Amino acid sequence: MNTGIGDASDIIGILVSVIITAALLIWVERRLLAVWQDRLGPNRVGPMGLMQVVADMIKMFFKEDWIPPFSDKLVFVLAPTIVFITMLTGFAVIPFAPGVGIIDFNFGLLYFLALSSLSVYSIVLAGYASNNKYSLLGGLRAAAQTVSYEVFMGISIMGVVMLSGTFNLREIVEAQRDGWFIIPQFFGFIIFLIAVIAESRRGPLDLPEAEQELVGGFHTEYSGMKFGMFFVGEYVAITLSSAIIVTLFFGGWLGPSWLPPLVWFCLKTAVGIVFFILLRGALPRPRYDQLMTFGWKVLLPAGLLNLLVTGAVVLSLHGT
Amino acid sequence: MRSQLRSLWEVLKHTFVKPDTVEYPEEKPALFPRYRGRIILTRDPDGEERCVACNLCAVACPVDCIALQKTEDKNGRWYPEFFRINFSRCILCGFCEEACPTNAIQLTPDFEMCEYDRQNMVYEKQHLLIDGTGKYHDYNFYRVAGMTILDKDKGQAENEASPIDVKTLLP
Repeated sequence: MNTGIGDASDIIGILVSVIITAALLIWVERRLLAVWQDRLGPNRVGPMGLMQVVADMIKMFFKEDWIPPFSDKLVFVLAPTIVFITMLTGFAVIPFAPGVGIIDFNFGLLYFLALSSLSVYSIVLAGYASNNKYSLLGGLRAAAQTVSYEVFMGISIMGVVMLSGTFNLREIVEAQRDGWFIIPQFFGFIIFLIAVIAESRRGPLDLPEAEQELVGGFHTEYSGMKFGMFFVGEYVAITLSSAIIVTLFFGGWLGPSWLPPLVWFCLKTAVGIVFFILLRGALPRPRYDQLMTFGWKVLLPAGLLNLLVTGAVVLSLHGT
Repeated sequence: MRSQLRSLWEVLKHTFVKPDTVEYPEEKPALFPRYRGRIILTRDPDGEERCVACNLCAVACPVDCIALQKTEDKNGRWYPEFFRINFSRCILCGFCEEACPTNAIQLTPDFEMCEYDRQNMVYEKQHLLIDGTGKYHDYNFYRVAGMTILDKDKGQAENEASPIDVKTLLP
């Protein structure tokens, strides 16, 4: 099964396409939000406004790269790279198609959970190092959010692991040949979805950023390319989250054979990304005590219940 | 939970709603006659200047962008010797139009006034004065006002009675 995984062409191709996707998402998100708000969005620069991405990047590169004198300089500079690096390395285990991927790793799912959890350090450290009240509040919220969603995030996908009997993402996809896990694991999917939204700090659960309350939250003091890192890191996080949701619940590359598996995977991921943007465009942000209450009192018990029922069903079907 | 799903659906339905955006340089927005844009000076139906140089517009102007000097012609009609509007200051509030007692100064639905040289934004009387009557076609100040000019004495204006002779006792 290891044929062709981890070639240099795979690594470079995946890296480049992920970064291009993340950059294009700047434009895609603005256009889609505009469509849903009965506007047009950026449509002037280049064909359909596609060059807006380039214009935005040029702007970001040439902005003054300012480090506040009151900040903790080393941490301030390091923080934005963490979210970018962790999210990008998360793509190592994603099974794009049979034979396309970076590594075939037996504990791929755990690796994804570990890396995505690490990304919160970026936010917390950025908020701390900025030495600014709003940023600190943002970092604080990120920490509070993490302790509430991280627990049920792991638990919610244990149902998938039980059904497929492996942590290897490729084998999880293969296990879905008879039916996507969205059907037996619907509640697990809902819980995991809420967890990844909170985890990528997007949409309705962007509490650490909370532009309306906290100016910019953790990235208030950031400008230029360091802000760009957070920005692109967020889009990489969306892409990674959609990819992992597709892998776990929507059968990864599986699909009717009139399209190649890689295309199926990309299509499903694109739909996931659009759904993420729709969530952001439609839902209001909860207070952060509401999020914590909801996480601990509703989603955690629901996740445990889901785990219990799945375990009982698997046990009764397959015996010991 | 239901309301969240419902709002997701309602927002998604907007995918098929036509955008409200008017793409300006290609598609001009429909402006109404009373839109407050570039300022003009109008003439009365006889083709004379309506402005009587009363300075009320200059007083009403919150940004002091109007400057003018009163003078008289040989008929005794007042008119501005110069009339200058600095459009780089003008905020198009329309107060001058409201203050004007003779409907002379009016705002138009034209707002495309870009210039490369700031000095070109200062409009003199010959730039402001148009040949027509603007939005009010019938009004002619000297025909209805009681002011004496050479070809019209007191009491000769429209809807005006002759002045009462206070020296007589007849009713």
